[in-house]
Amino acid sequence: MTDPTPVLRLEGIVKSFPGVRALDGVSFDVRPGEVHALMGENGAGKSTLMKVLGGIHAPNEGKIFIAEEPVVMTSPMQAKAKGVVFIHQELSLADELTVAENIFLGELPLKSFGRVDWAKLYARTDAILKKLNVRFTAKTRVGDLSIANQQMVEIGRALTVSPRAVIFDEPTASLTDAEKVVLFDVIADLQSQGVGIVYISHRMEEVFKITDRISVLRDGQYRGTLITADTDEDEVTKLMIGRSLDLSRNESHHEMGDVALEVRGLSCGTLFQDVDFAVRKGEVLGFYGLVGAGRTEIAETIFGLRNPTAGQIYLNGREVRIHSPIDAVRMGISLVPEDRKGQGLVLSMNCRDNMTLPQVDDMTAGPFVSDGAEIAIFDQYRDKLDIRTPGWRQLVGNLSGGNQQKIVIGKWLSMRPDVLIVDEPTRGIDVGSKSEIHSLIRDLAAQGFAVIVISSEMPEVLHVSDRIVAMYSGKVMREFTSEEVTEDNLIQAISGITEKVA
Amino acid sequence: MTTDNRKEILKRGAIWAFILVELAFFSIIGDRLSVSDKAFMDYANMLLLLKQSAPIGIIALGMTIIMINGNIDLSVGATFALAAIVLLDSMTWPFMQALGDWAIPLAWVFALLTGATLGAINGLIVWKTGVDAFIVTLGSMLGFRGLVFMFNGEQPTSHLNWTLVDFAEGHFLGLHTPTWFLLCAALVLWLLMTRTVHGRNAYAIGNNREAAVNAGIRVGPHMLLNFILIGFLAALSAVVFYSESGSVNPNDGMLFELWAITAVVLGGTKLAGGYGSIISTLGGVIAIQLLRKGLGHIGADTQTVNLVIGLILIAVLILDRQLNRKGQGELKI
Repeated sequence: MTDPTPVLRLEGIVKSFPGVRALDGVSFDVRPGEVHALMGENGAGKSTLMKVLGGIHAPNEGKIFIAEEPVVMTSPMQAKAKGVVFIHQELSLADELTVAENIFLGELPLKSFGRVDWAKLYARTDAILKKLNVRFTAKTRVGDLSIANQQMVEIGRALTVSPRAVIFDEPTASLTDAEKVVLFDVIADLQSQGVGIVYISHRMEEVFKITDRISVLRDGQYRGTLITADTDEDEVTKLMIGRSLDLSRNESHHEMGDVALEVRGLSCGTLFQDVDFAVRKGEVLGFYGLVGAGRTEIAETIFGLRNPTAGQIYLNGREVRIHSPIDAVRMGISLVPEDRKGQGLVLSMNCRDNMTLPQVDDMTAGPFVSDGAEIAIFDQYRDKLDIRTPGWRQLVGNLSGGNQQKIVIGKWLSMRPDVLIVDEPTRGIDVGSKSEIHSLIRDLAAQGFAVIVISSEMPEVLHVSDRIVAMYSGKVMREFTSEEVTEDNLIQAISGITEKVA
Repeated sequence: MTTDNRKEILKRGAIWAFILVELAFFSIIGDRLSVSDKAFMDYANMLLLLKQSAPIGIIALGMTIIMINGNIDLSVGATFALAAIVLLDSMTWPFMQALGDWAIPLAWVFALLTGATLGAINGLIVWKTGVDAFIVTLGSMLGFRGLVFMFNGEQPTSHLNWTLVDFAEGHFLGLHTPTWFLLCAALVLWLLMTRTVHGRNAYAIGNNREAAVNAGIRVGPHMLLNFILIGFLAALSAVVFYSESGSVNPNDGMLFELWAITAVVLGGTKLAGGYGSIISTLGGVIAIQLLRKGLGHIGADTQTVNLVIGLILIAVLILDRQLNRKGQGELKI
């Protein structure tokens, strides 16, 4: 390190939301020319920390220093003015505007009378795009670019000013390997200019490749900083989850029935192509792959939310056409969606109403909804799934993530499906409730449901599945049984590497 | 890339193609059914059409920038009426009468200031409270209209100044005065939206407000400026129209907001914001006026005209949705 003065330093940051202490005494610093990884599980507080840094949330306690000067961040604009640039994970782009306008959003070069200096704008953008080595031009409309290219536009924003610190939030989530190389070059370039870089990522491989130090958050608490060269994946994992990664596989196997759902040659435009798989009654089929591999889209197609462009779906051996979720539910398919709060629940309604939502049409006494029938259903599944709530009047929005997920699962179980599709069942749920949901999924299979679990967490897939389908970029790469799957061959499959013939 | 460009040209050109179809329809089929023996495509008739487009057209231009910005303004009709009252009434004030014809520019300034102030009120409320512009301007639409009625009850406010009327009915380089106002306003706003930082930021805010905030764009001031502009333009529209007519009914300008929105949407501006163009709105305004005049030309009554315009508006939106679909794999919601 050429200069020991940290470009960015946090000291004892505390941020509480009603009921949650999202950040609890977080301190770390970034030195000039350093790549500092920030790691932690989902919900560990990384994004809250970023929002505090960007002035979107004001911290309850603690101080932020830029080049050892205490600052109070009030807005992203101010952060940028002080030399702290954010590269957001969720794309923060205006898709009707051009690449150039997006890269210089908020700081378009000016001429007199507030006019935009287009010549300068395009010249500067072209210089940035050249550095990024991309194939689109400054005048391309951002909405016409692929997600990966949009991510490159986002990265281009870091290059418009001479920043002191750049924060990358999961920048490689949607990049191909070739584009990653470009990104790493950009990072190395920034590094050589003495810029401090905060690199948030889940991917150990990248973190070990490019970072100098690793700081770990767990449940909002700072767990320590490791020097990348002196540590290994296992140590980091232990810090992140408090124990070694549980890669135990599902051991229990029970009687399996007939094939409940079979899919042959299913395709949907560019989202996924030629997907075949089958799931039997009593079986848990895991879908594993990176974000954007097409897993959720397959579930949505089976549930009638998308029209397939080719292929057949067979339910209990009969070919079916599913045009809408109404069809799907009637035929015995249920989907517990990925975004629990946005897609699965009506947060401002109570537990009972959420649970009976799909069948409230049929529960009438005369012209009115039958209260008794609704409460009976709620009570039944509350006991069955062990949902902890003070009563059915409790608003779903006030429950914990695990109990919310159980409400969604209960809602669909009460429709008596044959096939239950669960998309990211434990996203944003604490560790204790996670294992509860996992055993619930195993139980459901034991009761004869055919269950499909889509997950981005390897331990989860390994833990609950009888078989695992690995997907890469819209294609099924390989199917594993729980005996033959290993961490390595699974990772290779989802990274698009076909197994080397040994 | 090329298909995207072609789509873009198709989108931008659609309204002008529609105008050509209208012209062809009314001059070929229309002349056969016509109730008068004058040709529809008559030069004087077309000039008149442009002139008649001006009042709603000027408001629609303002509505375009408001809608690109992701807002809406329902109070423009009431602003229009209030500015007209200020224009006509101020000329009867004693000190103004003492000024002779010099009162005219002063009365204009008063009217335009009224419009800008009313717009600023809307803009400030939207900015400072964060309440949706639809609700805020729904309230101010009722409120401003209340002010109009408080001024003179159900009575019209009148003042005829012949110098003013002469100016308003005059021609300059072959075009009517109101047409010049419409064209100049369009030119200025087009430059504003395409060439200035304010305009580009307005697009960004309407397109993705979070991205704009993240990029450090100050959303509030931009919205305020746009509301001031639309208030000003509503008043300008009143200045253009009432300089000629000289009498305001308290109900004048009602439904103007809806006609303006219709023209803007017909011109392809997105209701949700972030996309649209001043020039296309001009096309939308002319298309509507053509339709009105053309249908009148073949003897249809006002009710029929409204029905046809309504149907066309819905058809256009259905077409637009089809053009923007992302193929068969689109998520159905």
